[in-house]
Amino acid sequence: MSEAIRNPAGPVELEARELSVLYGETRALKYVSLKIPDRQVVSFIGPSGCGKSTLLRCFNRMNDLIPGVKIEGEALFQGRNLYGTGVDAVDVRRRIGMVFQKPNPFPKSIYDNVVFGPKINGYKGDFSELVERSLRQAALWEEVKDRLEANALSLSGGQQQRLCIARALAVEPEVLLMDEPASALDPIATQKIEDLIYDLKQDYTVVIVTHSMQQAARVSDHTAFLYMGEVVEYGPTNELFTNPREERTEAYITGRFG
Amino acid sequence: MSHRHFQDDLDKLNGSLIRMAGLAETAVKTAVTALTTRSKDIAYEVIDQDGSIDAAEMEIDDLAVNLLALQQPMARDLRLITIAMKIANDLERVGDHAVNIAETVIYMVQGAHFPVLPEIEEMARISTNMLSVALDSFIRGDAAMARSVIKRDDRVDELHANNFRILLTHMMEDPRRIGAGMDLLLVSGNLERIADLATNVSEDVVYLVEGRSIKHRASDNRKAEGAEQSENGTVSGSGLVS
Repeated sequence: MSEAIRNPAGPVELEARELSVLYGETRALKYVSLKIPDRQVVSFIGPSGCGKSTLLRCFNRMNDLIPGVKIEGEALFQGRNLYGTGVDAVDVRRRIGMVFQKPNPFPKSIYDNVVFGPKINGYKGDFSELVERSLRQAALWEEVKDRLEANALSLSGGQQQRLCIARALAVEPEVLLMDEPASALDPIATQKIEDLIYDLKQDYTVVIVTHSMQQAARVSDHTAFLYMGEVVEYGPTNELFTNPREERTEAYITGRFG
Repeated sequence: MSHRHFQDDLDKLNGSLIRMAGLAETAVKTAVTALTTRSKDIAYEVIDQDGSIDAAEMEIDDLAVNLLALQQPMARDLRLITIAMKIANDLERVGDHAVNIAETVIYMVQGAHFPVLPEIEEMARISTNMLSVALDSFIRGDAAMARSVIKRDDRVDELHANNFRILLTHMMEDPRRIGAGMDLLLVSGNLERIADLATNVSEDVVYLVEGRSIKHRASDNRKAEGAEQSENGTVSGSGLVS
């Protein structure tokens, strides 16, 4: 089994240690252990209900918000257990940002969407500079620079999603978690998001959950395949897709089950 | 309109192929120089360089497999990746033929002097030029240029057949010449194969550019030409040519 879990070398940004998530009596995630390297892209793939989103949400304590959830084991961020005593969930979510499946901009101007988080955090710097930087990082600046006061809901779906990424980046997180960030978008908007993910790893650690294996193959450096709450295999993306060690991985990526 | 990431990898594949092409072309030219100047030193250069050609083939295969697995390439991108693997394979064989020629040269210079036939020199000139033009047509994506290579293969085959006849005559006349005669025949055979491989590369370039395969159509092509030439109503009318 250890052969199938090939943790990357180098500095570790996030780590799961014997991590389990229980919804009532059901163990949705079963004793998962893996390491996510600093400033690389890691994707979680697997069939619906395999636990990939549950695992992702552990890393910014999103599961806390679901009643009846119990977490066992550890989820570490830069070596510190996110579920330890004295850890502030709000601070965790500032440093570990998240982008969701459906774009969810606030019904406010583009500008207000970007500055929303920094304002709450008492940001003291130049707001218009921050807005430009965040929108540039999200590859949206050129498209919206002349209409920053327009309502965010007037943007296309793909633009809204990039605005949500800009909003997440504006609070200067260290990690970006993405839960199916392109599944509600058309192919061209998807491609823009994928290009963006590729660029973001210069500065951020990115973890992405996707039910598109092709997307995982295209964007990530390392891929974890989850099945029924367990990590079946984890390793460099090119190895996982050309020469998986586990039969179940092979069967899944060749479309024979799942 | 493709991914930048993907585009970077495709450019890398293209670059590796161009580099490998340069190595293979140099190997053949150097081997021919070794032959015409009867130089062992130059022949050893060819043998020493072959490892880098083999390494280039493995690098290209690796890049291509990863691109296929990770990027789901389509259309021209897909064709480029599949022919990259075939061209790399052909170039690796070209390198081996250059090594064969070099080894023969090393063996030959130890024996009695036997002049290199002008036919072999002409073959060497045509084969190396076919290879250069084939690789150029790949770099430029020029199908017409690639087709011009394919047409010249027949001439090389003809020269090889001539060499066989000429060398056989020499060997029958004077059995002391059998060793040298056989060596030259081997060189001729290697040059003929290099021209064949240049033809393969050219066919792949046409496939890359036009998206249709022109392989194994020699007889069809001749039939089609015949049909065009014979005006109204002979048996080989265009209606019968599929």
